[in-house]
Amino acid sequence: MAQSVGKQQPKPHLREEWVGRVYTFLCILFLLLTIFSMVYFVASKGLSTFIINKVNLAGFLTGLKWSPDSEPPLFGALPFLIGSFSTSILAAVIAAPLGFCAAVFMTQIMPKFGRKIMQPVIELLAGIPSVVYGFVGLSVIVPLFRDIFPGQGIGIAAGAVVLSIMILPTITTIATDALASLPAGLKEGSYALGATRWQTIYRIVLPTTMPALLTGIVLGIARAFGEALAVQMVIGNSPHIPRSLFESTSTLTSAITLSMGNTVMGSIQNNALWSLALLLMIMTFVFVFIVRMLERRSKL
Amino acid sequence: MQALIDIDQLDLYYGDFQALKKVSLDIPEKAITAFIGPSGCGKSTLLRTLNRMNDMIPGTRIEGSIKVSGKDIYSSDVDVETLRKKVGMVFQQPNPFPKSIYDNVAYGPRLHGIADKQRLDEIVESSLRAAVLWDEVKDHLKRSALGISGGQQQRLCIARALAVEPDVLLMDESTSALDPISTLKIEELAQELKKRYTIVMVTHNMHQAARVSNQTVFFLNGEVIEYAETEKLFSNPVDSRTEDYISGRFG
Repeated sequence: MAQSVGKQQPKPHLREEWVGRVYTFLCILFLLLTIFSMVYFVASKGLSTFIINKVNLAGFLTGLKWSPDSEPPLFGALPFLIGSFSTSILAAVIAAPLGFCAAVFMTQIMPKFGRKIMQPVIELLAGIPSVVYGFVGLSVIVPLFRDIFPGQGIGIAAGAVVLSIMILPTITTIATDALASLPAGLKEGSYALGATRWQTIYRIVLPTTMPALLTGIVLGIARAFGEALAVQMVIGNSPHIPRSLFESTSTLTSAITLSMGNTVMGSIQNNALWSLALLLMIMTFVFVFIVRMLERRSKL
Repeated sequence: MQALIDIDQLDLYYGDFQALKKVSLDIPEKAITAFIGPSGCGKSTLLRTLNRMNDMIPGTRIEGSIKVSGKDIYSSDVDVETLRKKVGMVFQQPNPFPKSIYDNVAYGPRLHGIADKQRLDEIVESSLRAAVLWDEVKDHLKRSALGISGGQQQRLCIARALAVEPDVLLMDESTSALDPISTLKIEELAQELKKRYTIVMVTHNMHQAARVSNQTVFFLNGEVIEYAETEKLFSNPVDSRTEDYISGRFG
């Protein structure tokens, strides 16, 4: 074999290096391709409502009436937008304080019990299929609301309660991780100055972890925003802006799932549903963007 | 000099492990007392019993008594928060809160109910002056405390401890994470502070103990081996184990 050191020898691991490199490259290529084709597909379909079918974009976003089968068809998505936003935000309003308090309890008050027993139980909630949540909502929450409040029990309130239980694991888990990762020195510093546990929690622990807590909330809202099945089962699905929390309405997701089987591909009715999907996707991007912003701020 | 802290026959257990064995010490006021000894000898543990920071470690059990100004700090009628206000602590790692310099120093006074802006301003200034940090930070009190150097952060932590007007300042290896120049500054500061405060410091650095302290206590395996005037302990130790340690033969 060649004796000279200066001459380039084939490295023994060259083959493995290349196999690994090509393999990871292919994987990432596939991933990117999937994401881009998803976005392209939804966007092209969703935009054709406005480009091919000449539906007015402003009318789509602000119109109050959704009746695709009338003559002429009306595509006002505002009721769905309002339904989606109000259910998700209300769900976060219910779930956030619960999730925070659970996280504070699990990390600050009873860490052993919290980490060993509470956290797995809460994470279990995340694994329950959404149809089960919807079913429980339909058989427990809707009748309960029907008995207590005027109306049929279905509506934003029922949707928000079901969603709040669904997003509770997200908010709690992120809050727990954030609180647990807090440097012990900060808490000790506060205790050493004569702070009580509660003073330490609300003056040091919560402000320091606030960006992470907000991240949890936004991710929770994003999850609630995209949830279709459970909401659809308890919200009533009439395309109107409701006058109360206990009146039938719709969300973007429930409108899509409910009608998608009844439209013909390429028709204006079908394209309009894609436009709703596009709206959903854009909102998800916005949520991800907000989370990114919060994470950057938390690094400070 | 009068003893401010009186430790009598103190045993401390972490679960089954006995970390302190029949420790008895009188710590005089307005002086610096240094605890030295190899890692795990119980010096930090003892320091943390003086403001009951060990309370937070589950499974800690204590026998014997510790009196500060004549009062047993482990008796049931003692308010831990009030005790910690009187017995302040500076830790090994600088641990400023992620707040402004001003809010760090004002944190303690605010906890204890001082809300008046002018009063807080005065406390912040006098505490920062006492910690010899005022001139370096007076123009940017509103900046984040995380933006200043490690040595400055540690002096900020001292200022923060002084702001609640303690009688005792516990320093738990407070210079071990700092560079030599910052260390020297903190040592000079300690010399200044002992005129007004009783200082107890744990240190790994024997030269530091020799330089700064008035009394030195040598610990080994949870026991006090020797307690004497610093000069005497370092020049003329009674116990052979002390001599071995200070001459660097172990630990």
